[in-house]
Amino acid sequence: MTATGAVAGAATGAGSLGARIAAPVRDGLAVAWRNLIALRRVPRLLVFSTIQPLVFVLMFRYVFGGVVGPALPPGVGYVDFLIPGIFVQTAVFGSMNTAIGLATDMQTGLMERFRSLPMARSAVLSGRTTADLARNVFVVALMTAVGFALGFRIHAGVLSFLGGVLLVLAFGFAMSWIFAVVGMAVGDPETAQAAAFPVLAPLVFASSAFVPVSTMPGWLQAFADNQPVSKTAEAVRVLVLGGPATSAVWEALAWDAGIVAVFAPLGVWFYRRAV
Amino acid sequence: MGQAAISVVGLSKRFGAVTALNGVDFEVPAGTVFGLLGPNGAGKTTAIRILTTILRPSGGRAVVLGHDVVREAANVRRLIGLAGQYAAVDPNLTGRENLRLIGRLTQLPRSRRRPRAAELLDRFDLTEAADRPVRTYSGGMRRRLDVAAALVPEPPVLFLDEPTTGLDPQSRTALWELIRELVRDGTTVLLTTQYLEEADRLASRIVVVNEGRIIADDTPAVLKSRLGNTVIELGMGDEARAVRASAVIADRIGEPPERDGALLRLASRDGSRLLLDVLHSLDVDRLVPHTVTVRESSLDDVFLALTGHHTRSQEPSGGPGGGPAASGPGGTPASGPPGSPS
Repeated sequence: MTATGAVAGAATGAGSLGARIAAPVRDGLAVAWRNLIALRRVPRLLVFSTIQPLVFVLMFRYVFGGVVGPALPPGVGYVDFLIPGIFVQTAVFGSMNTAIGLATDMQTGLMERFRSLPMARSAVLSGRTTADLARNVFVVALMTAVGFALGFRIHAGVLSFLGGVLLVLAFGFAMSWIFAVVGMAVGDPETAQAAAFPVLAPLVFASSAFVPVSTMPGWLQAFADNQPVSKTAEAVRVLVLGGPATSAVWEALAWDAGIVAVFAPLGVWFYRRAV
Repeated sequence: MGQAAISVVGLSKRFGAVTALNGVDFEVPAGTVFGLLGPNGAGKTTAIRILTTILRPSGGRAVVLGHDVVREAANVRRLIGLAGQYAAVDPNLTGRENLRLIGRLTQLPRSRRRPRAAELLDRFDLTEAADRPVRTYSGGMRRRLDVAAALVPEPPVLFLDEPTTGLDPQSRTALWELIRELVRDGTTVLLTTQYLEEADRLASRIVVVNEGRIIADDTPAVLKSRLGNTVIELGMGDEARAVRASAVIADRIGEPPERDGALLRLASRDGSRLLLDVLHSLDVDRLVPHTVTVRESSLDDVFLALTGHHTRSQEPSGGPGGGPAASGPGGTPASGPPGSPS
C-alpha cells in the first residue's frame, strides 16, 4: 500500500516543532478564507455589523455630545473623544459575531467533517477569530471615514493613529476569543447572542468609551477605571489625540495577551469535547 | 493486503443512560466493502463517529490501518475519508471552493488542489454547478458533493454513512459503480445503510446491528438464504379468503405463508417457480388474488427472520429497492392490505 506509506511519512513529519507551529496557522488561514467568502456571499452580515456602530456614532455625537462636552478636559472636542471610544465599542460588539458564527457552525454537519480531518484542533476557532479580525479592519476604516465627516481629526500623527487602530484590532481579536468560547459552550446562535449582551453592555457602558469615568459613582469608577474596555479606550485616545504618555498602552496589551492566553486553550478544549 | 483494515473489539458507547453501542466486534479486510446494516437508532452512526475520531468510545478498542482511533487519532485522520448522513458542506461556498477547502485542510499539495477538485466535480456530474454557492444545490447534488469531499485526499479507508439516502436512482447507481471502482483500486469502504439491497450489491460482508448489538455477521448470500431473496405478497381482498388461500398454499408447498390480515407473504430463493405454483393452485380453487407483489427481500424481512419482530422504526419509502420494498406493510399492521385500490 504505497498510499499508506506516503501518508505515514507525512504523519511523522507533523511531530517537529516547526510543523507544530506552522500547521495551526496554515489550517486557521484556510478556515478564515472560508469564513471571509461567506461574508462576501452574505453581505447582510457585514451590513448589519456596520450599521450598528454608525447609529452609535450619530446618536452619541448629537444626543449626548452637548451634555458630555463640558465634562471633558479643556480643549478636547467630544467628537475626538468619542471616535476612539466608538472604535473600541465596535470591536467589542463585533466580537459577539464570533460567538454567533461559531455556534451556527456547530449546528452544521460541516463540524463533523472538520473533526475527522487531519487539521489543527484550533483551526475552526482561529479561522473564525481571524476572519472577524479582517471584518473589524473594514469596519474601523469605515468608522474613521464617518468620524472625519463629523469633524474628527487626528492630533498625534498618522503613525500614532495607526498604532491606535492596531490596538483596537488587537483588543477586538482578544474579545473574539472570549466569544469563541461562549459560542462553543452554548452551541446555538440565539443563545449565544442572548448570553453575550448582558456581559458586553456593562463592559462597554461602564467604561470610558463614551463618557469620562469621573462622572460615575466611586464604586463604579473602581471597576470602570481598570477594566479592559477603559484601558483600551484610554490607550487609543492617547495614541490618537496625543497627550501625556501613560502606561495605558501596555496595560491594554497585557489585557489582550492575558485574555488570549486563557480563552484560546479553553476554546480548543471545548472544541475537542463538543459533539 | 489480506489483513484487517479496520478492527473493532468490544466497542461500546453510552450517552448518559442511553447505550448506543453495546460491545461490538468486527473486522474489515483491506480492499473490501463492509456493510453495517440496521434500522434508525441501531448504533451505526455512533460506530462511524468513533471510527472517524469524532467521538471517544466508552469502552473497547478500534484500530484503523494499525492506528488506535483514540491514542493515534491524528494518524487515523490522515488515512480516512468520511461522508456523513447530513451533507457536510458549506452552503456559502461554491462546490469547487468546498473541494479546494478540503484539499487545503487535508494538506493536498497546492498544485494538486484545483485539478483534484475539477476531477471530482466532473466525476459526480457537478461541473455545471461547480461555481454556484452550494445553498442553490438540490439535496441530491449536496449529497454528491459531500461524497466528493470525502474523496479529495484519496483516503485508503472510506466511511460512508447512509450515502445514498436522498439520492435519485440514477445517482445511486452511479455512486455504487464509483464505490466498486474505488475498491478495485484498493480502497477499503465501510458503509452503513438501512437497505439490504444496497449492502447486498456492494458489500462482501454484512453486519446487522440492532439496539447497539450485532445480531448477524455474514456474507450477503448467507444472510439472504436464511429467508430467501424474493418475497411474494398476495392481497386476497378479505381475511376469510386469505385464510382459505393460506390453507391451499400450505397444502401445495408444505408450510403456511405468513398472514397479515388479508395479506399473505412468502419468501423464497426461487421466486418465479414459487409464484407459478402458488397462483396455479389458487386458480384451481378460484381464489384469485386481488394484488400480487414480487419484490427483493427488505431489511425488514431480514429483521423479521433474525429477531422475530419488525424493525422498530418505520422504513422511509423510496429506498433502493423502490416501490413497496422499503416499506413493509408489517410496519403498520393495523392498516390492512396495502395497495389494493391501485
